[in-house]
Amino acid sequence: MDKVSPEVMLAFYRRLYPFKSIFHWLNHQPTPESLFVKREIAFNLPGDVIIRYNSFNDHDEFKKQVCKLNPTRFEIGPVYTSRPRDRKTARPGSFNPMQRELVFDIDMTDYDPIRTCCSDADICKRCWSFISAAVRVLDTAIRDQFGYQHLLWVYSGRRGIHLWISDKEAMGLTDEQRKAIVNWLTVVPKDESKRLNVRFGSRALPASLQTALDHLAVVFSELILYDQDCFASPEGYEALLKLIPDTRVVEALRSEWTAPSSSQDKWKSFKTQIKTYTKNSSQRALLTAAMEDIILQYTYPRLDENVSKKRNHLLKAPFCVHPKTGRVCVPIDPERIEEFDPESVPTVGQLLAELDTVAESAEHHSDWERTSLKPYVDMLEKHNLRIMEEVRKEKRGSDMSW
Amino acid sequence: MFKIEERSAAIEGKDKVQVELHGGLKYPHRLNFYDKPPIYDVSIEEFETSALNRLRILAEIESSAARNRTWEETKTVTETQCEKYLPLKSSSAIGADRESQRRIDHLGHFVLRLAFCRSEELRRRFLKAETTLFKIRFESDVGAEKELFLNSRDFNWVAVDKAEKDKYRTELLTYQGRGDSFETDKYYKVRWTRVPDLVDKRKVFLKGGWAYVPGREQSSIVYEEFETRLERDLLLTARYMPRLDEDMRLGGILDNLSQGFLAGVSSEWSDAPTDMNGESIKAEMVDDLAAKHFPMCMRNSHQRLRKDHRLNHFGRLQYGLFLKVLGLSVEEAIIFWRKSFDRINDDTFNKMYKYNIRHSYGLEGKRANYPAKNCQQILTSGGDPGCPYRHFSPENLQSALLSTYGPLGLTSTDLYEVMNTVKGGHFHVACTRVFEMTHSGIGGVKKGEGIGGGESVTHPNQYSARSMELAKAHEEKATQMLT
Repeated sequence: MDKVSPEVMLAFYRRLYPFKSIFHWLNHQPTPESLFVKREIAFNLPGDVIIRYNSFNDHDEFKKQVCKLNPTRFEIGPVYTSRPRDRKTARPGSFNPMQRELVFDIDMTDYDPIRTCCSDADICKRCWSFISAAVRVLDTAIRDQFGYQHLLWVYSGRRGIHLWISDKEAMGLTDEQRKAIVNWLTVVPKDESKRLNVRFGSRALPASLQTALDHLAVVFSELILYDQDCFASPEGYEALLKLIPDTRVVEALRSEWTAPSSSQDKWKSFKTQIKTYTKNSSQRALLTAAMEDIILQYTYPRLDENVSKKRNHLLKAPFCVHPKTGRVCVPIDPERIEEFDPESVPTVGQLLAELDTVAESAEHHSDWERTSLKPYVDMLEKHNLRIMEEVRKEKRGSDMSW
Repeated sequence: MFKIEERSAAIEGKDKVQVELHGGLKYPHRLNFYDKPPIYDVSIEEFETSALNRLRILAEIESSAARNRTWEETKTVTETQCEKYLPLKSSSAIGADRESQRRIDHLGHFVLRLAFCRSEELRRRFLKAETTLFKIRFESDVGAEKELFLNSRDFNWVAVDKAEKDKYRTELLTYQGRGDSFETDKYYKVRWTRVPDLVDKRKVFLKGGWAYVPGREQSSIVYEEFETRLERDLLLTARYMPRLDEDMRLGGILDNLSQGFLAGVSSEWSDAPTDMNGESIKAEMVDDLAAKHFPMCMRNSHQRLRKDHRLNHFGRLQYGLFLKVLGLSVEEAIIFWRKSFDRINDDTFNKMYKYNIRHSYGLEGKRANYPAKNCQQILTSGGDPGCPYRHFSPENLQSALLSTYGPLGLTSTDLYEVMNTVKGGHFHVACTRVFEMTHSGIGGVKKGEGIGGGESVTHPNQYSARSMELAKAHEEKATQMLT
């Protein structure tokens, strides 16, 4: 059965999609503000057709149009200087993106060179560990270093995860500032043959990465050494040897590793090799640094940077349905990211079936309450309340000025 | 007398000038954040010259960027130019008329603001060039004077106190600074959004959205502040521009200034006589050469490039190879295309186009020395960009010919003959006839002589080479007659 036939999608939009919650989330307030009415929504129709620059006055109008066009999915763009649908009446050059959530995209394909369990579009519970490690690191970094609070993590429906940040300052970042934050958070070079370059001379790891390393060292031993067993194959350990900046050690290890051994044993022998140099010798410091770099190289989040760098990039809206898997792009609680299982995410077919079992005569507007979508919508609603609370506080603060 | 100046003063600052406080000295510092507009009387001549001289500097800065000069080179070049056209001495300099130098610097900046606030593109380029100029001056400013200048205004940074500094000692030291001088080193706290360049390179400690900027990176905050202020002010000026009932005499000057910048005034080439011989063609010369010596097809490419600021792939290939054979070196070609695609940023240019340019010069890929397309290839290329004689509609071709070659002597009576040849499908002949007609004056070319010895045009480069040769011979004859 085709999980995501147009009929299924239409029923999903009519009965299940939480338009009101999405509206609150984008709008930051209960009544329509420019954050929503000047916001671009782009519809993806079957056959790679994209209708851009739609905008709506409220969630009812939004829902009506979605049900009319019945897109396979829709994407959210920036808030412009004027309503995107009226852009042709704007003065030339005066229709520009002004605000936009700061977004990040982590995709499993960027981990293809290192994961051994699946490749390409496939994902299993085991490779999800890469994503959960990335979420932990990014979530902490952004909250602690950049001080943002309103982070929404959303499963992308197949093999990745999106992050939407709705803090006021984050919404207003320029492209240059977005590029800066991306580069700050990018550690693993795109070019596989290049080594990590994150230190200033012989200094210790920058503080931001030291925090990440403390967590990733654990992930490394569990995920890379044990679960994925990355250095078992000759290609696997050759890749590792390339990252060691000491020919003597490399030769010693290579001859030792011709006999098959587990990744854990290989890592141990690497550590033993490092200890052959006396404490406080420069060579030992160099190798210890290289060891830390290797841990980062294998486990540090790999971002799809093009998504984050431009204010006007479009990104798939939460709660859309992934056309290939039929799974709903649900929010995820970063605190419980390790428990998350992509396979357990409800599919659109399953949700509609759930509705059928509780069959009642008339269609309700918030039918999602009676399906397994409920906890996810509740999660978004809670997130929205926090955003709205802050906006309210700020407003009250400025009203005091009388 | 200057209504504009007065109005913009009213817009941008209520409190009068930074004057008086400093014992009558109007400009106490060499550096200027240009917060306050000049609100004194200025002669029309001063108005124009101060701006023109500043424009030379800015154009040099722009072309430094296009030529990929290093920061040090750019600095040296700019400082030499400044010495010549816009000297600005430190407060300790003896014998220099500092007040008037600073006044001219101040005035020139504000006149150019008026000229360059008009479009997005002009604003962007002006902003970039002015910020670079400010950086160069800031770097060369004397330590004590710099200190005074920095103290003279509020940059809205928070000095990090000792307790906080000690708390983050380990973290701070993983970025910059040294353990032994840590006690005396100063740190300033600003929102991270104000120092994106430092965040980009992971050079500062970040905590809760605050960047802890060490004293020696303080300049980053200053530059950023300069840039954001200027950007905001330019937008503001642009908004108020239409409401200023300006002096009629100024409109023309301002128009001229902004156009000069667009064409890159640094090139002195158009004034200099044509003394080159094909070998050393500079990027800035292409506009002039196109007007005088290019066949219709290349004129068409050039005009489209200027009009749309872009050209499709085959257009770039065809026109690029033509320019190569004309004598444009690969360095100049990169400059030429970089300047032509002025709607895109450096990143995009380097990624999308630089490789292709180098490829066509045989420096990338299979390293072949590609020849320029000849007429046959252009005629059969399918019309995009194609040969105008073949691929344009007759009406279109007529008007294009007239507007293109009218200045070179082509008249509407000549058109009849050309169009008849085109109708007969003899596109080479039509092109050759146009060559003859437009070179009958200077080159003394007669009908049927073609591009020498009765040969007709079979290659666009042949057309241009012959045209330039004739112009050169004519030039030489003229000089001989004079001596």
